[in-house]
Amino acid sequence: MLAFLANPDRFMAFSRWAAPSLGAAAALLLCAGLWLTFSAPEDYQQFDTVRIMFIHVPAAWLGMFAYLCLGVASLLALVFRHALADAAAKSAAPLGAGFTALALITGSLWGRPMWGTWWVWDARLTSVLVLFLFYLGYMALRAAIDDETRGGRAAAILALVGLINLPVVHFSVEWWNSLHQGSSTFGADRGDGLPPVYAIPLALMGLGYLALFGSLWLVRIRSEVWRRRATVRTLRLVEG
Amino acid sequence: MDFDAGKYAPYVWPAFAAVAVVFGWMIADSLARARKWRKEAEK
Repeated sequence: MLAFLANPDRFMAFSRWAAPSLGAAAALLLCAGLWLTFSAPEDYQQFDTVRIMFIHVPAAWLGMFAYLCLGVASLLALVFRHALADAAAKSAAPLGAGFTALALITGSLWGRPMWGTWWVWDARLTSVLVLFLFYLGYMALRAAIDDETRGGRAAAILALVGLINLPVVHFSVEWWNSLHQGSSTFGADRGDGLPPVYAIPLALMGLGYLALFGSLWLVRIRSEVWRRRATVRTLRLVEG
Repeated sequence: MDFDAGKYAPYVWPAFAAVAVVFGWMIADSLARARKWRKEAEK
């Protein structure tokens, strides 16, 4: 699949229908997820703030998933010097930063009524903030170097360094004492898992966020391909 | 559907508003870039 899409023409043909299809799927999944979000009963401990979970947890998932995509694309760009992999890495960064910012903002708005504080320098919160800073650093480094190829390679190395943070984010609630709760979804201990009335809307919202990311990622990669084609054409015109 | 968040409304609604703003920015920025560079490439 990856080899098939490595060809820019095949990628453009594939993404032409895949991007709107994923966008439509995202709209449907998010509408269904929101409907169930506001139909779910309030939690006996968290009351109405439990509804923040349906937008906060998928944002955290996508913040990490987008970084994994950024890291893999950066590795492929570094090893194979493939322009499309570099475009994919560049395109994933602002979306991932957006999802991570949302995880931080909604987490803070959830933490204030439940924990009594907007922020605490706890392992989970701090490692997610570090993830956000890696996104910002990646975009800043790319923008700071005039030579696009050199900027892309420097930023790709930074992205690979940042991959170390992903397991830290995931396991932070197990490795350290944390105010943040442990997992209640993937890998949850027996009895800690969510009941279906919360798990189903959370799953729908998670899939909706994933489809939205997929759709916008493809749109941004397509833009990057067009931008590079336009730049090459302009340079050829200038050179006569 | 229950839209009454009671005394937690000052926390619940800004969280949903933040999602709407960030998603709105992501969609608008991605589509605007695509439109701009597609036009430039097809000139």
